[in-house]
Amino acid sequence: MSGRPDSKIKALIVDDEELARLLIRELIKTHQDVEVVAECANGFEAVKAVAEHKPDLIFLDVQMPKLTGFDVLELIGSEIPVIFVTAYDQYAMRAFDVHAVDYLLKPVGRERFDAALERAKSRLGDKSRKAHPSFSATELASAARAPKQFLERIVIKDGTRVTLIPTAKLDYAEAQDDYVALASEGKKHLKQQTIAGLEACLDPQQFVRVHRSYLVNFERVVRIEPYGKDSRLAILRDGTRLAVSKTGYARLKALLEQRD
Amino acid sequence: MHPLLTPISRFGYYLLAWVPLAGILMYLFAVPGKLGWTDAAALTIPLCVLYSFICLSAWYSCKSNPLQRSTSQKTWLTHILAAAVVSLLWVGAARLLASSLASFQSFRGIDQRFALQIPILFGAGFLFYLLSVASHYVILTMEESSKAEARALETSILARDAELKALKAQVNPHFLFNSLNSISALTSLNPEKAREMCILLADFLRLTLGLGEKAVVPLSEELALLHSYLAIEQVRFGARLQLEEEIQEDSKTVEMPPLLLQPLLENAITHGIANLPEGGRVRLSSQGLDGRVSLTVENSFDPDATPTRKGGLGLRNVRQRLEARYGKEAGMRVSAEEGTFRVELTFPSHVAEVRN
Repeated sequence: MSGRPDSKIKALIVDDEELARLLIRELIKTHQDVEVVAECANGFEAVKAVAEHKPDLIFLDVQMPKLTGFDVLELIGSEIPVIFVTAYDQYAMRAFDVHAVDYLLKPVGRERFDAALERAKSRLGDKSRKAHPSFSATELASAARAPKQFLERIVIKDGTRVTLIPTAKLDYAEAQDDYVALASEGKKHLKQQTIAGLEACLDPQQFVRVHRSYLVNFERVVRIEPYGKDSRLAILRDGTRLAVSKTGYARLKALLEQRD
Repeated sequence: MHPLLTPISRFGYYLLAWVPLAGILMYLFAVPGKLGWTDAAALTIPLCVLYSFICLSAWYSCKSNPLQRSTSQKTWLTHILAAAVVSLLWVGAARLLASSLASFQSFRGIDQRFALQIPILFGAGFLFYLLSVASHYVILTMEESSKAEARALETSILARDAELKALKAQVNPHFLFNSLNSISALTSLNPEKAREMCILLADFLRLTLGLGEKAVVPLSEELALLHSYLAIEQVRFGARLQLEEEIQEDSKTVEMPPLLLQPLLENAITHGIANLPEGGRVRLSSQGLDGRVSLTVENSFDPDATPTRKGGLGLRNVRQRLEARYGKEAGMRVSAEEGTFRVELTFPSHVAEVRN
């Protein structure tokens, strides 16, 4: 603890089971330099608590209702060190190992807990190092999904408000610099992600990159119209018109043939 | 055993197949051979009866030279040679028959008339034998494929049995590790409660192992298992899990395949309650009517959450096991509306005999 001798490390505990939270709290007790600033029973609370308390360290359960631990990490960014806690999830464990993320297995034992906490402390002390050097939150989340499993819903944060969009309700996505605009049920939501990153998480049988800037839900396309030389327009169910490039058109056609 | 001799009806068909052959031979003797029709009949009928038995011997040479493995020249040569030998024997028998018939008044001179027809008889015998070889190969192939089919069926049944057994005895690792974590938390907070939960977990594991071994159990035993399971989940989820139970006293003796309700309740909790931040309700009820019993598991669920493959797998397994025991007598209804997921199993409350 070289960097911050006078103040304590602020820790946040996130787990949907009360007993699991109490256990972490108890294991922290022996570490005088760490104080628990808040406990959260779900991901929504966690996103709020992070904004409110600005914790230095988060103990984050993986399996929680609606928002998983991975969703929470994606929403809060990878600035704050996170120690994941999981009971049993072979894909998550492999993802943690691959990305050298600290994690604890339930039932959580004293020895592993102390070791993980010490590593987190040393990282905090050394400000030159990033909290999680080797990965982005979305990368970790997709590595933790079972093979051939695609994203089923997209999480979006607006301030501390979290919105979930089931991928079936996503009409199309449009690239806007470092963001994507997600169109769903007549509304548009901004998310800090590249369109290519989003495309990689979605089922290619359902979402087609019709243009450098557009990723469209195949189910929403009503027809394709020619538009000038070499380019076309995709008309969606709600009347939206999206530019379709030459390669995009080829992809649409290939998918259509596959489905027949 | 020769496949054409048993069952007896098959042998009958075999002999019937010889009738047209005998007809052909008789025609050959009578028309181009210029034997009288009576002569032809007197020769043909006993000869064909004899030859029909002789041709059965093709079975043994077919069996020792199965088609699929070695359809070599040697095989064909064997059959052709056998055909020649067998028809020569037949010709010999025919000469014997003709000369003994010649001693009768009405068949006088038949032996000389017949002697001119020997090439026809030899040719027919040769072809008939080869025909028999072909038929035997057809029978062999059919037997082989039906055996293979039976084997495949048996293998798939064994595989499903093994799968069911594994599923029956399966304890969800997620449940187990989370429960152990709860116990670990309780040891310092509330040692008495920790001990109680150890006992519940032990009961649950013991019952799971024990029930998985049996073909049927009374509902009361399945309920005992469910109670230990739900008591553990109650500790984990606390106020988030509201349990309701309405089991009629007389349905408790109903016999049913074990661990049929447990996966349904596990689904209700892991895919229902666990996905709801505020928790919800799980309700278990039974109803008996007209010799049938219906068991219902209902739970709150998040309609926005996409159904997982695992939950579907559990339901399919329950359906399969229900059908395996009761056939069309059993029913399973699954519905999801207004935030309530509901599975209803219906089956006869008394089954006279356990079917395999």
